[in-house]
Order: sequence, then structure tokens, then C-alpha cells
Amino acid sequence: MRFVDEFRDATTARALATEIAALCEPGRRYKFMEVCGGHTHTIYKHGLEDYLPETVSLVHGPGCPVCVIPMGRVDDAIALAEHDDVIMTSFGDMMRVPGGRGSFFDSKAAGADIRMVYCPLDALKIARKNPDKRVVFMAIGFETTAPSTAMTVLRAAVEKLDNFAVFCNHVTIIPAIKAILDSPDLRLDGFIGPGHVSTVIGCRPYEFIARDHGKPLVCSGFEPLDILQSVYRLLLQLHEGRCEVENQYSRVVPWNGNAKALRVIGEVMELRPHFEWRGLGFISHSALRMREKYARFDAEQIFGVPGVRVADPKACQCGEVLKGVLKPWECKVFGTACTPETPIGTCMVSSEGACAAYYNFGRFSRERVKEATRA
Amino acid sequence: MCLGIPGEVIELMTEHEDLAMVSVEGVKRAVNVGLLREDFPDGRALDLQPGDWILIHVGFALSKIDEAEAKASLEWLAGVGDAYTDELEALAASDIT
Repeated sequence: MRFVDEFRDATTARALATEIAALCEPGRRYKFMEVCGGHTHTIYKHGLEDYLPETVSLVHGPGCPVCVIPMGRVDDAIALAEHDDVIMTSFGDMMRVPGGRGSFFDSKAAGADIRMVYCPLDALKIARKNPDKRVVFMAIGFETTAPSTAMTVLRAAVEKLDNFAVFCNHVTIIPAIKAILDSPDLRLDGFIGPGHVSTVIGCRPYEFIARDHGKPLVCSGFEPLDILQSVYRLLLQLHEGRCEVENQYSRVVPWNGNAKALRVIGEVMELRPHFEWRGLGFISHSALRMREKYARFDAEQIFGVPGVRVADPKACQCGEVLKGVLKPWECKVFGTACTPETPIGTCMVSSEGACAAYYNFGRFSRERVKEATRA
Repeated sequence: MCLGIPGEVIELMTEHEDLAMVSVEGVKRAVNVGLLREDFPDGRALDLQPGDWILIHVGFALSKIDEAEAKASLEWLAGVGDAYTDELEALAASDIT
């Protein structure tokens, strides 16, 4: 058992796997979605699926913020970056994401001033140093990064740095989960809840999933043992006829989240009526925009953006992968036309994307399984 | 961007109330700890001191963690490969003071 060697505590892992198998009712199939890309990474890296009974499958959700940015928003960002007096700033993850007219990297090569930053406060510093330029920060991410953007805007307001603006693309996790629950394509038995997003929002926002949809959710840590334990807890709930939100990751995730972070998001941003998610289409109240009070820092209001909707490439099946309907390797272009070096779809761009994670790690465990079957 | 990186607080920077000097994989960086500021019942505004571990997302501390969790996270991150190396490089180039 090679996989077990990779765990800290092989004995515990073995015991968990046995208990998981014992909880599965004969003849019943179980499907759990892990929402967060970090979990997807652990699952593929450690071959956890091969470790679960055949009747338990894990499907990957839309929890990679880079993956869900629609092509039209990338084009809008590039249009902003092409203004002569604009310095566009962005997290490195965003640089290779393809829009309809190429990526930030392509636009940078063509002469646009696009700079990678680690922290939105780095963008603020660039604005301070370049008073004759307008500095736009391409804000992306779920609730893990939205508070940082909000804190940066509050800082810009204090410093009256009016040459700083945010192109806000923050998304919120709950409406995406709701959209998946409402989707007829997929029958799920429960969720492995995200780790770091829950640090901010806490566990309460998930309660509707158990209450209204009758599905259990367990917020999970990122270690292989964490994920196995979360699967065990989901199965135990189903076995005992319970349906609750549980916190397996309580060593990091407080039940009520980070109140300060939620407060600053609410101060600076508000929900958009709707926002397009790559592959999932338009989802109501699923993203954040700047409040009117901070309109002077809102790139969309300052510059106006083209707002053109660009359809995903026909060959790309990111939407199905993001909804968990398709496994990465079931996509028509996976590993052939679409690779991490030349991605067609976003799931192959980000290291947290299901396709990139599977391309880098998962295929090895599949090969191992194939070999084992042959032998 | 999605990776939460653990860091050990070296000192609170009194000249910037929201900043702390933090050691991340042995490299000292300023990190914004403003999201950990709250009005605590004992009157303190920030429950943080040198030696504490925090989980950092894009230059901001999102939560306090214990040392064992920090060590486990660092091992997990080491297994992530390029994405973590890129993130550490970006962090090294970042200067928010």
C-alpha cells in the first residue's frame, strides 16, 4: 500500500479506511463533493479515491476562484489594462487565464503595463509611487481574499489615494453551492466543506444545505487524514439518519468565522444582482461589487468596461468539470489540446483547478490502479 | 493566491498598528494583522504576541493557529510544489510597509 506510507499516521489511516468501508450500506453508491480546490489537490496527490470503497466517489466542485472567472471579465480587465495611463496589477494566478482576446501575459507582451503582486497592499504602494498613473487592482477570489481587498480600499480612502481602483471580481461560495444543489445533472449525498473560506464565513452559512436540501456538510482540513475523516463523518451521519453541518477543521475554522473580516467586506462591498461564472452561467447574488460610497475606487464606474460576454471555447468542458458532472480526464481535450502549458480552459490554468491537479498528480495514481488491475 | 501560508510573529510593529513582522519559512516579512483586531473583553484590541502563529492569505493574517497546525500546513504546502514556490517568491517580492 504505497499511499498509506505517505500519511503521517498509517495506522490511523488504515483504521479509518476500514471504518469507512463498514459504514457503506451494501448496494448503495455515495457521491460527495469537495468544494475547495485545495482538497482536490490532496485527493489527487495522495490517491485518496483509490483508497475509498468503490461505491464512494468524490466529485470536484467550483471552489477555484481563478477557474470560475468568465472569459468576458478577462477581456474587460485587458481593456482596462490597455488604457495608456493605467498600471494593471494582479495576483500571479491570473496571468495565464485565457480570455477571448488572450491573457494578461499576452497583453503585457503587447505593451500593456501589467504587474504581478502578492498582496493588494502592494498595488496600493505602486499607486503611491506613481501619482501620475492610475493603478487598477484585479480583485479575484472567494471570501478568503475579499477582506484583504476591502481593507486595502479602506486604507486607500484614509490616504485619499484617488489614483487607485479595484476591478472587483470577488465571488461568494454559498450561491455557487446553491446552484449546484439546484442543478438537475448531479445527485450528491453530501459536501466536504471548504477550509479557508470557512475561516472567514464560519459554518453557519452552510446550515441551509442540511436544513433545506437534506445533505450533510463537513468542513474539512487539508491533510489526507482530514479528508478521510470528513468522508467518515459524512457516512456516519447518513448511516445514523442525521443531516448536519459539522466542523472537522475546528483547529482553524471558528464556528462563527471572522467577524471583523465579514464586517469590512460589508462596509466596502455589496452583492451584485447576478454574475457570470465560467461554466455555470449567471448566478444571482453570487458576487461582490463596490458600494456606492467607494465608487471613486471602483474601476468599473471610473472607466466603464466593455462587458462583452464571450462564450467558452466549444471544445472546453470546464463547466461540467466545475459542476462535478465530468471528471477531468473525461473532458474531450484533457491532456491533449489542453495542458497546463497551453490551457484552453481555466481548470487547467490554476494549480488548484481540478484538471491541473489531476494532470500533475492524479494520472499517476490511475496508472497505478490500472497496473494493479492488470496484475 | 489560494494558499494559506503559516508564519510566526516576530514582533508587532508599533509604528503601523495593523502590521506585524512575521517569519515565513525563515524569511522576515511585514504582514497585515488588521483582520485579527477586535474589541476583546479584556480591553485589548489585538490578541497577538511574538511566538504566535498565524495563517496568511495574500499578505493578511486571517486566523491564529497553533504551532502543530502550522507545521502540518507547511508540510502540506511543500507537497504542493510549484504553486507554493511561486507564492513564496511573490511573497518575498512583496513589501507592504
